[in-house]
Amino acid sequence: MSLLHLAILLPFLSAVLIPFLFKGFRNIHTGWFVLLVPLVLFIYFIQYLPLTSDGNTVTKTFEWIPSLGIDFTAHVDGLGLLFALLITGIGSLVVLYSIYYLAKEKEALHNFYVYLLMFMGAMLGVVLSDNLIVLYMFWEFTSISSFLLIGYWYDRERSRYGAQKSMLITVFGGLSMLGGIVLLYIMGGTFSIQELINMSESLITDPLFVPALLLILLGAFTKSAQFPFHIWLPDAMEAPTPVSAYLHSATMVKAGIYLVARMSPVFAESGLWLWLVAGFGIITLFWGSFNAVKQTDLKAILAYSTISQLGLIMSLLGLGAAALHYDQLDDNIYMIATIAAVFHLINHATFKGSLFMMVGIVDHETGTRDIRKLGGLVNLMPITFTIAIIGSFSMAGLPPFNGFLSKEMFLTGMLSVFELDLFNLSTWGVLFPVLAWIASVFTFVYSIKLVFKTFLGKPQFDKLPKKPHEAPIGMLISPIILVSLVIIFGFFPNLLSNSMIKPAVEAILPSLVDSGQTVDVNIYFWHGFTPELFMTIGIIAVGALLYATLAKWQGIYNRIPERFTLNGMYDAGLSLSEKGSLRLSNAYMTGFMRTYLVYIFSFFVAILLSTLLIKDGFAIDTTDLAPIEFYEVILAIILVASAVTVIFAKSRITSLIAVGAAGYTVALFFVLFRAPDLALTQLVIETVSVSLFLLCFYHFPRISRNIERIGFKLGNAVISVLVGLTITLISISSFSSRSFESISQYHIDNVYDLAAGGNMVNVILVDFRGFDTLFEIAVLAIAAMGIYAMIRYRAAGGKEE
Amino acid sequence: MKKTNDVILQTVTKIITFMIILFSIDLFFSGHYTPGGGFIGGLMTAAALLLILLAYDIKTLQVILHVDFKLMTATGLLIAILTGTGALLFNEPFLKHAFDYINLPILGETSLHTAVLFDIGVYLVVIGVTMTIIQTIGESE
Repeated sequence: MSLLHLAILLPFLSAVLIPFLFKGFRNIHTGWFVLLVPLVLFIYFIQYLPLTSDGNTVTKTFEWIPSLGIDFTAHVDGLGLLFALLITGIGSLVVLYSIYYLAKEKEALHNFYVYLLMFMGAMLGVVLSDNLIVLYMFWEFTSISSFLLIGYWYDRERSRYGAQKSMLITVFGGLSMLGGIVLLYIMGGTFSIQELINMSESLITDPLFVPALLLILLGAFTKSAQFPFHIWLPDAMEAPTPVSAYLHSATMVKAGIYLVARMSPVFAESGLWLWLVAGFGIITLFWGSFNAVKQTDLKAILAYSTISQLGLIMSLLGLGAAALHYDQLDDNIYMIATIAAVFHLINHATFKGSLFMMVGIVDHETGTRDIRKLGGLVNLMPITFTIAIIGSFSMAGLPPFNGFLSKEMFLTGMLSVFELDLFNLSTWGVLFPVLAWIASVFTFVYSIKLVFKTFLGKPQFDKLPKKPHEAPIGMLISPIILVSLVIIFGFFPNLLSNSMIKPAVEAILPSLVDSGQTVDVNIYFWHGFTPELFMTIGIIAVGALLYATLAKWQGIYNRIPERFTLNGMYDAGLSLSEKGSLRLSNAYMTGFMRTYLVYIFSFFVAILLSTLLIKDGFAIDTTDLAPIEFYEVILAIILVASAVTVIFAKSRITSLIAVGAAGYTVALFFVLFRAPDLALTQLVIETVSVSLFLLCFYHFPRISRNIERIGFKLGNAVISVLVGLTITLISISSFSSRSFESISQYHIDNVYDLAAGGNMVNVILVDFRGFDTLFEIAVLAIAAMGIYAMIRYRAAGGKEE
Repeated sequence: MKKTNDVILQTVTKIITFMIILFSIDLFFSGHYTPGGGFIGGLMTAAALLLILLAYDIKTLQVILHVDFKLMTATGLLIAILTGTGALLFNEPFLKHAFDYINLPILGETSLHTAVLFDIGVYLVVIGVTMTIIQTIGESE
């Protein structure tokens, strides 16, 4: 186990200590101890930066289950390192923020930080694992820890609802991803991503390629809240704000993005991949931004905004796959889509993290997140306002912030579809830039709304639960660091380009690098009078107009009835499946023994008769039959008569007597067929059981004792006749097709020589097959003890009567 | 509960019981050569005890035969298992029986067989089980 493995597992290992620290040092906020972990990891991972920017990778293997090909292989390349830095960097800031956000007196901090560290370790595991099974393990760890974090305030009903919803959706996706992983293993024979990438040429022709692609994408889409699986993210906003900032803006929702980027080299040659990833991304972008405008809760706006931004990154990753088809171009313009995706990924983490923290501050200091109650906070909370305005303008794509740069590159990427002439992109591809532009307009509207409705406008402090004031400095440090990054990346984007973006793009598009193309990342602020610039100007103009007239057109959101929204469908589907399965199990589990016997016998008849028919197994052979004797006929008639009496008797007592008669007739049969031991035993046992029956009858309640004759049911009659027929046919067939001689000759020959006995039945019972007898007497003993226990201890509490 | 004077039944029982028990012992011992054996022998003995139970009552039976029938069942099982285990001491497989012909003082040449020990186990279990069931049901209200 190398240092790298220990680094990945460090959060898990340190999580063990948290409860002790929480109980042991009640005066110190537990978060301070936790802060060390991401900080140390961040410093550790920074050291890999020079390595990956030179195009090198580090792979360390720790054998876990070598016989199954499952090894804990840590693989650090540009993409993984970028994510690892995001996770640890933003993790440190979020922990710092949470120290001031969560009060150490009121909150169950030990739970919170254990879950958070679990999540951090799991995310690191996801982005640094090369083995798909290990990746899946960490993937589910993120689902579980996210579930725990969303339900952190478990006494709130909405928290539990949100946690359950996110759990169901992400685990559904996770399981289908596991299916995709297994299919990949079947195709390639390895769980290692790097090895699968090397054989991507041969995988694409495999019949399992498309199912694997779909299943993996399903996992990525559910995790990254892509349309229509985005519905869990807004409900996950019930979590504490540091959690929302960390999980639901910067890290976990990007696990799906990571997976798409990571698996791009394997799948991206296929047109299906390009269409699905880009298509779902662009729809999510549009739908998320369209819905964000109508929200009145600050966190809900940010949730839909996150959905929309994730869609943006996803669509860029999809279009970036087009680059693979033009490996001779010198200025491969499609590569810019991938570059933009990576760049926007970083930008989004910075500004969305700061915005969530800003919302947390507003919530913390005013007591509400409802945009209708807020307003005019600018004078009271100037620092928070500054953070908000930088974050929002970056999100809206305004200069001079980093969001502007990535938005321009995004538009360039979307416009490039006009030059694509593969996979029918030249026809339907027009939708991409159109949708992207409309979505950007909405993005502008909600970004402006977020700041203006909260901080500007008329103050209405009397509506607020608390008297608002500026947040403590500790709470402001993290968002200030993040918005400083927004500005720094905005002015000096090339700080990132060679150190982080280039190695990440090389990891997403390795085949291009292999074929000699260089990834040339150069991000300019000013790129001339290009179509993108005019589009941005258009966005600002139309967006401002829409914002000004917001009150006039907001009504369209109420046109969609609740039932037809995706949330409504999810809720209806959930309750429908609950009701449906309840109804289904109520339908067949009636609680009546009779019904279950009908199932058992019908199954029995169906299986045996159909086997007999299909295999043509019925045979009849009369050569071995013994001649029928007079006494046997008489006895058979008596037996049948008593059996018929049992069924048709008027009273139960008659049935009982008839059962006894049948039993004694069987004993007579034993006499006739020369089985004296059986006859003796049968006589005694029949006597005992008939008297036990009589005992039962004697103790019947009066009412049921008077019930006469069994009612006739056609179904029962048919089934019983069929069971009888089946047994008869099988008995005849098996008698007729006896293929071996009996082994009884051995017993006859050796009964005296080996066992010194004359009664062969008894010798078999105690000597040849004594083992069976041993357990039969054990059965008898158990039955006796059972009866004793049932009768003696039936009183409540096991007291003796 | 007793209403009638069962003197005939009780007198007959006194005589018949011995016959039944003798018959059951005969069935038990002759089992290896003629029909019979531990199972039917045990049932017959139980029948004799049952007759006492019917003619008198449970207390009388307990006075005559002060035995815990559950313990009898356990003893029978133990004997059967030990018979099987005994074979292991002689490096033979479980439940391997042995026999020999021995000249006994009165009976003359007799075959002695370990299977009889096993059968004693069966015999005791069957008596124990039958009597436990009947006694338990009889005692309950």
